Amino acid sequence: MTDELTPVLTANWADERAWKLTNYERRGGYQALRKALSTTPADVMELVKDSGLRGRGGAGFPTGMKWSFVPKDNPNPKYLVVNADESEPGTCKDMPLMMASPHTLVEGVIIASYAIGCRYAFIYCRGEVLHIIRRLQQAVREAYSAGYAGKNILGSGYDVEVVVHAGAGAYICGEETALLDSLEGRRGQPRLRPPFPAVAGLYASPTVVNNVETIASVPSIIDRGAAWFASMGTEKSKGMTIYSLSGHVKRPGQFEAPLGVTLRQLLELSGGMREGHELKFWTPGGSSTPILTAEHLDLPLDYEGMAAAGTMLGTKALQCFDETTSVVRTTLRWIEFYKHESCGKCTPCREGNWWLVQLLKKFEAGQAQQGDVEKLLDIADDIGGRSFCALADGAVACLTSAIKHFRDEFEQGMHIPAWELFPYERSALFAVREGAHA
Amino acid sequence: MTVTAKPGEVVASDLITVFIDGTEVQVPKGTLAIRAAEMIGVAIPRFCDHPLLDPVGACRQCLVEVPDMGNGRGMPKPQASCTLECAPGMKILTQETSAVAAKAQKGMIEFLLLNHPLDCPICDKGGECPLQNQAMANGAGESRYEGVKRTFPKPVSISALVLLDRERCILCARCTRFSEQISGDPFITLVERGALQQVGFYEDHPYDSYFSGNVIQICPVGALTSVSYRFQSRPFDLVSTPVTCEHCAGGCQLRSDHRHFQVKRRLAGDAPLVNEEWNCDKGRFAFKSGRGPDRLTRPLVRDNGVLRVASWPEAIDAAVAGLRRAGSRVGVLTGGRLTVEDAYGYSKFARAVLGTNNIDFRSRPASAEEAVFLANRVAGTELDEDRLSYTALQQAKQVVLVAFEPEEEAAMVFLRLRKAVRKNGLKVVTVAPFASNGSVKLNAELVATVPGAEAEALNGITADADTIVLIGDRAAVVPGLLNAAADFADRTGARLGWVPRRAGDRGAVETGCLPNLLPGGRPTGDVLARVDVQAAWGVDSLPGTPGLDADEQLAAAREGGFALLVGGLEPSDFTQANEVREGLENASFVVSLEQRLSEVTERADVVFPIALIEERPGHFLNWESRRGRVNTVIKQANQPMTDLRVLAALADALGRPLGVRTARQALAEFDELGAWDGARAPLSRGRGVAADHADGEVALATWRELLDGSRALDYEPALLETAKPVVARVAPETAEQFGLTAAVTVSGNGGWLTLPLDIVPGMAPDTVWVPTHAPDTPLSELGLVHGDPVTIGSPAAALERGEGFDQGEGGVA
Amino acid sequence: MSDHEFQSWFPESGSIDYDDTQTNITEATLDEMRSIAARYPQARSALLPMLHLVQSVDGRISPAGVEACAQILDITTAQVSGVATFYTMYRRRPGGRHHVGVCTTALCAVMGGDALLDQVCDRLGIHEGETTADGAISLERIECNAACDFAPVLMVNWEFFDNMNPEKVDDLLAALSSGETVKSPRGATLTSWMEAERVLAGFPDGRADEGPTAGEASLLGVNVARENGWRAPDAPPPIPASDEAASAEGGQK
Repeated sequence: MTDELTPVLTANWADERAWKLTNYERRGGYQALRKALSTTPADVMELVKDSGLRGRGGAGFPTGMKWSFVPKDNPNPKYLVVNADESEPGTCKDMPLMMASPHTLVEGVIIASYAIGCRYAFIYCRGEVLHIIRRLQQAVREAYSAGYAGKNILGSGYDVEVVVHAGAGAYICGEETALLDSLEGRRGQPRLRPPFPAVAGLYASPTVVNNVETIASVPSIIDRGAAWFASMGTEKSKGMTIYSLSGHVKRPGQFEAPLGVTLRQLLELSGGMREGHELKFWTPGGSSTPILTAEHLDLPLDYEGMAAAGTMLGTKALQCFDETTSVVRTTLRWIEFYKHESCGKCTPCREGNWWLVQLLKKFEAGQAQQGDVEKLLDIADDIGGRSFCALADGAVACLTSAIKHFRDEFEQGMHIPAWELFPYERSALFAVREGAHA
Repeated sequence: MTVTAKPGEVVASDLITVFIDGTEVQVPKGTLAIRAAEMIGVAIPRFCDHPLLDPVGACRQCLVEVPDMGNGRGMPKPQASCTLECAPGMKILTQETSAVAAKAQKGMIEFLLLNHPLDCPICDKGGECPLQNQAMANGAGESRYEGVKRTFPKPVSISALVLLDRERCILCARCTRFSEQISGDPFITLVERGALQQVGFYEDHPYDSYFSGNVIQICPVGALTSVSYRFQSRPFDLVSTPVTCEHCAGGCQLRSDHRHFQVKRRLAGDAPLVNEEWNCDKGRFAFKSGRGPDRLTRPLVRDNGVLRVASWPEAIDAAVAGLRRAGSRVGVLTGGRLTVEDAYGYSKFARAVLGTNNIDFRSRPASAEEAVFLANRVAGTELDEDRLSYTALQQAKQVVLVAFEPEEEAAMVFLRLRKAVRKNGLKVVTVAPFASNGSVKLNAELVATVPGAEAEALNGITADADTIVLIGDRAAVVPGLLNAAADFADRTGARLGWVPRRAGDRGAVETGCLPNLLPGGRPTGDVLARVDVQAAWGVDSLPGTPGLDADEQLAAAREGGFALLVGGLEPSDFTQANEVREGLENASFVVSLEQRLSEVTERADVVFPIALIEERPGHFLNWESRRGRVNTVIKQANQPMTDLRVLAALADALGRPLGVRTARQALAEFDELGAWDGARAPLSRGRGVAADHADGEVALATWRELLDGSRALDYEPALLETAKPVVARVAPETAEQFGLTAAVTVSGNGGWLTLPLDIVPGMAPDTVWVPTHAPDTPLSELGLVHGDPVTIGSPAAALERGEGFDQGEGGVA
Repeated sequence: MSDHEFQSWFPESGSIDYDDTQTNITEATLDEMRSIAARYPQARSALLPMLHLVQSVDGRISPAGVEACAQILDITTAQVSGVATFYTMYRRRPGGRHHVGVCTTALCAVMGGDALLDQVCDRLGIHEGETTADGAISLERIECNAACDFAPVLMVNWEFFDNMNPEKVDDLLAALSSGETVKSPRGATLTSWMEAERVLAGFPDGRADEGPTAGEASLLGVNVARENGWRAPDAPPPIPASDEAASAEGGQK
């Protein structure tokens, strides 16, 4: 039995100046790189495959398999792109990782690049996180100076350039093909697949796109072995991962635990819901994953456990809302988010979210009409699974799951404003001042 | 039922079997589901899909259900059939058989209509609008939308020709994809995002593309409308006629829509082998030049030095009298606008009626070498799709451009080359003084060449049978170039295509509007060839000595005692406009067959009014030697006379009937005659020498731009607004050498011209490029042609020499 | 109430502000743009950072900036405009020295973000999207900024201000307005928004070593693990086992 919490990626976060190369090295940093360079790229890829590591960005695709899709005989250069665009509402794990220990990521980038034969790697970080970009830029500079990046790394003859690239504000760039378009200096709109990035990604060349946490997990796997990694977690969801607990909990924060831990366990560790309140609903992996309720507290938070409950593990962003919260209001705010972040490329997402926001505003104001709940569901049905990419599916997921679990509240939206049913100031963490809307 | 792709298009081994709504269909690998469905007559609704644009899958209107991908597994979500490639054994259910697909499509049209204004009654697209049609066919009768509609200021001029209504736009991105993928002019793009996404441009750079009109045509709603056609007509009030474009030798098939005896608009036709579904803005928008107050409607006869309106019999009598007086001292000059049938009429009229070989269609700088080249390499060659055609261009490995700028001179050749570059990796090499905008868009390798040195440059290029050399009619003025190109083709096995600039040129070659050629490529000097034609025409003899070419005829006219029969040309088209004017003035007698008052009619003794292009039947032969029909669009009780009909009347009055008076008769006779199968005249073996440039002189490079001072653009000011700015170009070294910065004065042959200067890195040294026929400053006023030596200097220096100053001005010292 | 009207009329959308042609772009800026382009295998990849640089110089996406990007990258101005109007971090008009963003995506909104946005508007006397008359502060409603465990969150020049409440907002705004030195609790001493944009363009400002390793919420799990003596399992001994590995601590709790 492994421990309830298993800090690996987070282990050095409490260290003084953990972001500095010397401090990272003191903890054994870049030993995994040395080890990787002493074996063949194929061995590194095999090891990652054997570990059972799956993508930590939401979809959970096996990482080693993704790498192996890069065609060996393609004459074009290969690229590695780290998706550090963390923007899914509720998700806040990659940012602290890159701020506290950017070298964990940089080391992972270089090892992964070596494995797939890449000579040019990019870390695409959302732009709205200035200090994290500073730390990343510095870490890459330090890695170059120490000979971990650039030409002839550690005398191995292997070269790789690493570029930190700041985005400019667009949730959709977390979608890997939109990210690639954005990285090519275009509007971040998703591309048609096929061809998949592994075959024709950045600059129409073979490209691997991985989430920050995924790549950051690689050094530990190289260092301690596939079996070690696989010893944590559940049968098909192996290893440790970072869970982000937020909302009306006593102590929100990051917990690194083996996959399969339950929300009940994590809530206990964070002291439970805030004093005098109880859990009403929560997201397992960001707003794009269908919401769950208190009855789902004991489900294993792994890929299979969440799928079985009709939702998704997503980014393991556990947003917990208590009984003061209006589901209608929360759903409206999420749909407003999706409307704001829709790239505009496809009809159902662009127009559907535009419609949903207006309709949900009526529910919030208690002015919805008879039949409007069915209308919401019908619109959701016309959006979900019909759009170009998964963004609109996420919007529909939060809406339909909200109606599924809290239909009453939507029915009440035909008569009573949400702010009367759930006075908004009660949900705030502080006493709302006179005059301010909660 | 089993449906198979058209035989001949694919080999059987490339066919796969799919099932559309339960019907087995065999399609080539890579076929999109939406097209496979078309093959069994199932039209899946769509907006963003366009067969000539890369699939995008944006509008989501064409969703279908895929219960089996061919591997026994179904796809969990409905799929956009416009991006779904058929896989062997795939089962596809469309709206016809799948409730899921039908519901998805219904939902999508509802979404598209949310923000679409209900202004169909005042929208130009109403009546031919895919959104309207599909809303009627598949949409709900009533809207469930109770929200507010998105609104923007409108309309926005994205160019002088095109207006944008952002409220109507459904963001299918056809226009932006066209501009980027097809013509390579991404001056419109999608801007903003989400519900605010819209088509946009950058204020200082409007959508000035030679192909901008296409986006109006492919817009599936009324978001992009034509400035000139706006509010002119309802689609259902228009009568459509397929026609062939008269503006260049591309041979574009167009659709001409008219109402109230006026062409209201022209659209690109659907001609997969020629212009696919595109055309250029000149072909689309320039059709009003014949409608102005200068239109000729009645014959004119010169009376006491003054032209006056005359009756037809009077004018015919006057013309006949004049021609009789001229006897054999007469020549025929035909321009570039003639149909095959009209050209045949002139050719026969010259030989069988006037008894002379003095006929030449080349109302432009030309050469004797060219006439021989045309007889040897061009005349009598028929269309060969595999060898020399648009399709062949698309399949070639390399295309070499010599004295030819496709985007300016044959816009559809440009589009096809660009398609080949994008899709097939075609390599384009251009022998030119600099990489033009078109060459850049073709990713062409530039062989930077000083005018006059093209032959040498061409010979340095590696080529084989997979190479096609396209040579423009400008090559005529570079001594030895046409011969060198022929030699090059013979030596390397490359195919050689001659691309004239005007629609009537190839037909004129074939019908013998040249002093050395009879119809069908028959050499005038060949007795057997003459016997052929004599027999067909039922005449006793035909003149055997080669006639005078255009320049020689005009020289003879200048000396006096020489008459001219002129059909459609402008003095400024020639090398030296003033010499042409002088020739017309000194000619003993001038008969003009013309549509509008012109510098020729001003100087003519008898003028016959001629039908506009939309008022006549006939054909053009394009550069491929492909026939395109010129249909009578406007039918009236008193149909204006064609050139052929006037010539027939003159012939009758001269007592030597032409034998043909309708286009149908002329074409039948021409076809009956067929192509010459005897020996071709050999090339002239002379190797001309390019003009020597003295110290301080540079070589003049020039070509005509698509939108320039041509009279064909009259009455379409918006079109001319989208023309390229008039500039001169030199290399940086040359600019430095001559101290040039913002402007340059080009002097030669006693004239000068001052233009703004564009300094072009990589341009050939010792060369200055100027447009041939800029509005107000045609080079023919200076008598300068490509390759001539000129001097250049900064306008200030020129001013000191008394040569002028203002930009864009010119004069003759 | 979410307190914002549904917008449906967009009179000024579709482009940057062409009327304001002012620019501070110099030859040195163009050199820096070219140096950004040189970081990438294909120059066009540099467009986003180049636009950040334009903002660091001109305080917004200026016409001169668009034209410079187009020229250096050999793309059309329309293409640059398409990109510049897609991303929310690019401003059409100049903002304040400091740019305040209040997160009002669901979780922050519910936990007090909506009230904080109201408070900022009231206190500054401006609406979202506007700048104070003294040019000190501009205000924007932002979407989730990946700091949900610190909700409600406010950003100033893209530095984190965590666990905000009305009192902290008062103090922060007062300090920003008066030009005092302000430190992000999870970042560096505040620069101006324009200086921050320069860092995003890839020109470091030497402040990476300021601030903590992590915020308190980030450390929660690490601290709980430490308190409980929990840790990840040790690596199993390598096979075949060497002496060194055999002697290493093995086993799990």
